[in-house]
Amino acid sequence: MFKSLAPPEYLATIDREKCIRCKRCIQNCGWGVYSWGGDKIVINTSKCVKCLRCYHYCPEEAIEIVDNPTKFKNNAYWGFHNIRNIKRQAETGGIPLTGMGSDLPYTILFDNLLIDACQVTNPSIDPLREPMELRTYLGKKPSSVELEKGKDGKPRLKDRMPPQIKIEVPIIFSPMSFGSISLNAQKVLAHAARECGILMNTGEGGLHEDLLPYKDNIIVQVASGRFGVNPEYLNAGVAVEIKIGQGAKPGIGGHLPGEKIPLEVARTRMIPVGTDALSPAPQHDIYSIEDLRQLIYAIKEATNYKPVSVKIAAVHNVAAIASGIVRAGADIVYLDGFRGGTGAAPSIIRDHLGIPIEYAIAAVDDRLRQEGIRNEASIIAAGGIRSSADAAKALALGADSVAIATAALITMGCTTCGKCYTGNCSWGITTQRPELTARLDPEIYADRLVNLIHAWTHELKEILGALGINAVESLRGNRERLRGVGLDTQTLDILGVKPAGR
Amino acid sequence: MFEIDAAGIYYRDLNARIREALAKGEKEVTVRNVNGQYYIGDGLSGNATIVLEGVPGNDLAAFMDGPTIRIKSNAQDNIGNTMNAGKVIIEGNAGDVLGYGMRGGKLHILGDVGYRIGIHMKGNKKQSPTIIVGGTAGDFFGEYLAGGLLILLGLKPDGPIVGDYLGTGMHGGTIFVRGEVDKKNCGAEVGILDPDEDDMKVLKNALTEYCADLGLDIKEVMSKKFKKLVPVSSRPYGNLYAY
Ligand code: SF4
Ligand code: SF4
Repeated sequence: MFKSLAPPEYLATIDREKCIRCKRCIQNCGWGVYSWGGDKIVINTSKCVKCLRCYHYCPEEAIEIVDNPTKFKNNAYWGFHNIRNIKRQAETGGIPLTGMGSDLPYTILFDNLLIDACQVTNPSIDPLREPMELRTYLGKKPSSVELEKGKDGKPRLKDRMPPQIKIEVPIIFSPMSFGSISLNAQKVLAHAARECGILMNTGEGGLHEDLLPYKDNIIVQVASGRFGVNPEYLNAGVAVEIKIGQGAKPGIGGHLPGEKIPLEVARTRMIPVGTDALSPAPQHDIYSIEDLRQLIYAIKEATNYKPVSVKIAAVHNVAAIASGIVRAGADIVYLDGFRGGTGAAPSIIRDHLGIPIEYAIAAVDDRLRQEGIRNEASIIAAGGIRSSADAAKALALGADSVAIATAALITMGCTTCGKCYTGNCSWGITTQRPELTARLDPEIYADRLVNLIHAWTHELKEILGALGINAVESLRGNRERLRGVGLDTQTLDILGVKPAGR
Repeated sequence: MFEIDAAGIYYRDLNARIREALAKGEKEVTVRNVNGQYYIGDGLSGNATIVLEGVPGNDLAAFMDGPTIRIKSNAQDNIGNTMNAGKVIIEGNAGDVLGYGMRGGKLHILGDVGYRIGIHMKGNKKQSPTIIVGGTAGDFFGEYLAGGLLILLGLKPDGPIVGDYLGTGMHGGTIFVRGEVDKKNCGAEVGILDPDEDDMKVLKNALTEYCADLGLDIKEVMSKKFKKLVPVSSRPYGNLYAY
């Protein structure tokens, strides 16, 4: 067989002195790196993706995964990924796929923004002593409210409030479909969402019946493939989301590879086993804002007016598009930034299309305010939220809530190896192979995810306390409490943020 | 039979009234003076029959789950969007994007239809959608087809029966066309076959109901040769990627 001219990225190595030949690495590796050679473990390092499953499960700490020192000569211009992709393309003629968000060294605006704090003149608040309000309501807010006296003599709202979704913390889980991730991974999300009073999102693969008990914490998604969408599905969750685009692959559809379509997934999606699940690039009934409006209201009619969210990728013209979405009747605009993760995307798309979420939040929030329609919809910001600090900055830039996916998967063991599209995830997350998915015990891992949300909740409260604010409401769109470090004037202008020192 | 006069009524109120009538147990509802109201039958379940007089608006029978709707005139776009069960009979022409992502039930159209019909329909052993068009169809007929049955009859064509990109990206399901199909009008993913005996049974079955619904002669409809279009691969884009 022709040996690939793209050298392996990693070298899986076993310390033969420490190894007791228990073969656990063979069992644990989803990629088939290890096999039994009769008297010792044989290593095929070209298959190694550095997901570190074997490392964690080797009882003797005999395994080490090192970056291949024989990669290519260091070159500041021709990066490893450039050369490797060319070699792979020369060998296959295909489009290199990738998983997770872009890992290229573009400027990370979150890391150039710092949050204010109180000193002397304005007292900070101790969140351990004082109540801190993080509860958030997603949905259309009326531009004014009128009160009238109810029968019991107490004041009440004159008009009916548009439907609101209550979340206890402004952090929810991004859509990840059954198919792209395992049912057990979805269960982890559902479990944790219920426990934390937040939301998970089915993604576009339909709703497996095992998730029905969690329906009060679920958003169901309608995307171009319309997988699993029927009236029952639309009515199952607290809201319906129309997926137009995804930050990792704006403007293109999705091809869930046939390897990830076993019977259960095929059944839930209503397609043949082993075909690629094709999500066309556009929704073929939406070619304009008017068409979008038509689908939004078709869904509202079918659900007795549940809130509808519209998810788009952050692209150059995001502000105008978001304005159109709000005017089309959406209750929530979900913005997914350039760094957003994916189960499978062509790396050329993931790494070169779209804009970072920080710009998108600021631009959309500005635009909706200028047009006087910011109250008409909530903004959810996603695409690379790595910590509660990123979340706080996103909120201060103007988001109502953030959504996280990669961070949630990391609590399940993910090491961001980026090979989700192969369907071999050794952690049982982005795979449908039963021997691998069985490893992900939903209850155990849900606890870890709940821990993460609780930890970020505490951190958010600490940040609010330091800001002297006792409700997240006062942080939202409060860009005065952000400062830019090392950002040029124009970027600061777009973000609506002053430079540090001013 | 229950009657509703739709003249001058906003779609939301009209649909609420239809839903109310069905909830009360009406089995036959006739709506007169329909004039472009959207979303008629959207998300409705049950087995009632709704007869529409006048031209209904877009997204008729979207997400519908059981009822039968008979339209006594032309109809517009997006009929049967993601429909799950039931039937829509159209005694005239209809517009673009019919049966998008349809999962079950039937669309029986007497006349011509526009572009993008039956995109990404899907089906399995339990349920499978059918669209039958009596006239001609535009481009992208059966694009991304993943399951179900599309039949195009071209009963009285003045020109070509179907536009370009027929069955592009098709990876499941079956398309039957009455008459000849030129490979150059089809997507690369489509194989053109002569129907065998079993296929003819499927056709006859579907068309008998269609003809009964629309007062056509089944013998006459079956008198011409059909072509059967199937996907050549269940993974049309399987070689597009480097792993
Ligand atoms: S898991 Fe560790 S000890 Fe067991 S066979 Fe593999 S390298 Fe050796
Ligand atoms: S989910 Fe699995 S395959 Fe994907 S990046 Fe994480 S560890 Fe790797």
